Amino acid sequence: MFRFIAARLLQTIPVLFVVATLAFFMVRLMPGGPFDAERSVPPEVERELAAYYGLDKPLARQYLDYLGQLIRGDLGPSFKYANRSVNEMIASTFPVSLQLGGLALGLALLFGITAGVLAALRPNSAMDYVASGISMTGICLPTFVLGPLLILVFALNLRWFNASGWFDASDRVLPALTLGIVYAAYVARLTRGGMLEILSQDFIRTARAKGASEARIIFRHALRGGLLPVISFLGPAAAGIITGSFVIETIFQIPGLGRHFVTSAFNRDFTMVTGIVVFYAVLIVFFNLLVDIVQVWLNPKLKF
Amino acid sequence: MPLLQVQDLRTYFHTRNGVVRAVDGVSFDIESGETLGIVGESGSGKSVTCYSMVGLIPQPPGRIESGTALFDGVDLLKARPEQLRQIRGKRIAMIFQDPMTSLNPYMRVEDQLIEPLLIHEQIERRRAVELGIQALKDVGIQDAANRIRSYPHEFSGGMRQRVMIAMALITKPDLLIADEPTTALDVTVQAQIIELVRRMQAERGMAVIWISHDLGVVAGLCKRVNVMYAGRVVESGLTERIFRAPRHPYNRALQKSIPALQPKGAELYTIAGMPPDLSKPLAGCAFAKRCEFAQDSCQQPVELKSIADGHNTACVRVQSGELKL
Amino acid sequence: MTQAPPVTESDTSLAMAEPGSSLWHDAWLRLRKNKLAVFGGVTLILVTLFCVAGPWLSPYTYEQQDFAQYAQPPSAKHWFGTDKLGRDQLTRIMYGGRISLGVGICATLVSLTIGVMYGALAGFLGGKTDAAMMRIVDILYALPFTVFVILLMVAFGRNIVLLFVAIGAVEWLTMSRIVRGQVQSLRKQEFIEAALALGLSRRRIILRHMIPNVLGPVAVYTTLTIPAVMLLEAFLSFLGLGVQPPMSSWGTMIKDGAELMEEFPWLLMIPAAFFSLTLFSLNFLGDGLRDALDVRTSKD
Repeated sequence: MFRFIAARLLQTIPVLFVVATLAFFMVRLMPGGPFDAERSVPPEVERELAAYYGLDKPLARQYLDYLGQLIRGDLGPSFKYANRSVNEMIASTFPVSLQLGGLALGLALLFGITAGVLAALRPNSAMDYVASGISMTGICLPTFVLGPLLILVFALNLRWFNASGWFDASDRVLPALTLGIVYAAYVARLTRGGMLEILSQDFIRTARAKGASEARIIFRHALRGGLLPVISFLGPAAAGIITGSFVIETIFQIPGLGRHFVTSAFNRDFTMVTGIVVFYAVLIVFFNLLVDIVQVWLNPKLKF
Repeated sequence: MPLLQVQDLRTYFHTRNGVVRAVDGVSFDIESGETLGIVGESGSGKSVTCYSMVGLIPQPPGRIESGTALFDGVDLLKARPEQLRQIRGKRIAMIFQDPMTSLNPYMRVEDQLIEPLLIHEQIERRRAVELGIQALKDVGIQDAANRIRSYPHEFSGGMRQRVMIAMALITKPDLLIADEPTTALDVTVQAQIIELVRRMQAERGMAVIWISHDLGVVAGLCKRVNVMYAGRVVESGLTERIFRAPRHPYNRALQKSIPALQPKGAELYTIAGMPPDLSKPLAGCAFAKRCEFAQDSCQQPVELKSIADGHNTACVRVQSGELKL
Repeated sequence: MTQAPPVTESDTSLAMAEPGSSLWHDAWLRLRKNKLAVFGGVTLILVTLFCVAGPWLSPYTYEQQDFAQYAQPPSAKHWFGTDKLGRDQLTRIMYGGRISLGVGICATLVSLTIGVMYGALAGFLGGKTDAAMMRIVDILYALPFTVFVILLMVAFGRNIVLLFVAIGAVEWLTMSRIVRGQVQSLRKQEFIEAALALGLSRRRIILRHMIPNVLGPVAVYTTLTIPAVMLLEAFLSFLGLGVQPPMSSWGTMIKDGAELMEEFPWLLMIPAAFFSLTLFSLNFLGDGLRDALDVRTSKD
């Protein structure tokens, strides 16, 4: 187990290196600098600023310096917000995004697995068609369509929720629902497929022959194997939820990392953008590692 | 009174391409402690017959159209699902063809093995595990106390079938239905498994229905045999009579096509043609189309009838005495 | 025991080896029976016709502003109403559809080209080269790609060609995996060995046997990639990073509509409806094709 995790951690190093390198050079090759907007800045001040941020050094030198910083876990200072480091900005905004993403993923798993299991129990029944229909709708209604629609109905017309903001618990409902529903749809599809596959296996017949009840067959015998496709989908789902948070946090004006990333990209905040990209990459890589561990743990045929 | 008495069982599958009459009027019975063989080729309805009795036919598309199966006074075919569930795995146990796929790969052997006890008996888990270890020892698994913690893929095919048998017998059932349990195994392992079942049966006195297409296995193990063809029993009787003195042309052809029983060098006998399409109604004898003795009289409805003590045939011409096989 | 002679087996392998014959014909028959897929296909054709031919029939142009008529609800004059600059919404939907569908198809073609070439190469070469090539795909899979597309759009201006190149460069990974898997399994299949044993040339084997058999999964996955790509384009446009004014796609129209939805909900509803309907149709058609061609993609 320990060796498995160590080996996987070693494999993530090249991935993170590629991410950091790509992000660094892409951002540096952007036409236009971070201080372009402030035309009034006199040349000497601009030179000073450049020196402060190390922009006067050759590009290769900047790159090596940056990698050195990264190894120490330092993402550097922000170009736009004086006196604030990228680490600080992430630390202050990421918890919000984490809460939103966690809620969305939880909702997706809860609704998705329930709907998928129900559909698999009675394939081609009305229940199955309803579940499939809903999941198809979920797949075809992307966050940026669903979000405004939900606001229109539940915030502006029914006035059940606020249209934007992130203050009390009720403010969590619409964003988490919007972000999670697409994944609930995917999870439902995968669960249905996985459960149907498992329920057609010989060992389910064995369980029936033992006199096991339907509930026992589903929960003790089928769910573990039937959920494997869902587990392997969690990696891409987490990446998708991160991307989705850009839109959701923009629509609902939530002060999270996603909105901050989009703003920084528009502001050409070099270090901030590179830093957040690296941070997201680390996040995804670790989440995938977690998923792999769960997968091995669920499937006795795989070994650490 | 027999332990199990099956009368006129009909199980049809309603598929998009028509109604498949998988089991079409099967009757037989089995006494306590007796071993009954059911032989026939793939698709002859021998497995469906047994699955119908214990409610393991997926419905839909399957449907039990008629019949009774009296087991100790209860009609299994009309029992409520909960009632059937209490019998299944407790009083009637099953083992299956492929031990590779019949055990749950995601569960430890321990959890699967003691499951029948946990479902059917008021028992503490600790005690159930003890019984489980004993059951593994009984079927000849070494180091049972440790092996019980393994997953199925850590066992060989023969060992898994032993686990299946231990699991089936752990509640001391009255009837064991063995659905081709040796087909997927190597010949040497086959013999061990057959021997194991024979021994367990002798020790516990349970009845066994042994389904197989391997005539040799059935001949060595069973007291009586039903020969099935196209969803019907065409001949039944004491094993010796069935094999020595076949009284149905299909059974006779079967015996002739066993290579080991024929002189060396003789050309192998094969039955011409193919089994009938079960989705088309059959008026008379299902075998008539392939039968070398068929006549017009074979188109009339057939019925299994006794021709000698405990020997039944469904061949009209044998019944009337026109045909001597 | 007596067994039916294996007639059916040789029949299917013949059918597989013969391109353009019964395999595609059977698939077509199966597809026609699938009502949802037919619905998807017909809707798609109608929407495409509407977007391509519609603007010629419309009395308005997509940029023609009429401030006297700004933000009008749907009426006889403007069937889908007008936007805040008084432009005819119907005409803009048609033009937006051209862009959305166009980006969807072009970006899918980019991903198709890269994916098929990469996957086929890996599958054909096999061995260590194959392992290395697929390892690269694995590494790329782990990257937060959408984030890079955003970076790319920010860095190099919001240029429409760049847009579909960037999207296409992201979406080829799964395609390459599918093609490679297909080529690999085909290489091991008996009818290819039989063809080799019969002395057919490599070129002929590729043309007559490999390509027809890889075509099915590729067709299915292509159909399913188009909606994914359209989604990504709309996503970027919604963030303001995709198609730039005065051009507009359904994504930018949804964005504009969302800003004004409280007062003028039709500005959001109509483009959203068109966008979702198209995604719906493409997904149904893709699923139907998959069932008809009996393809298993790695997605499910």
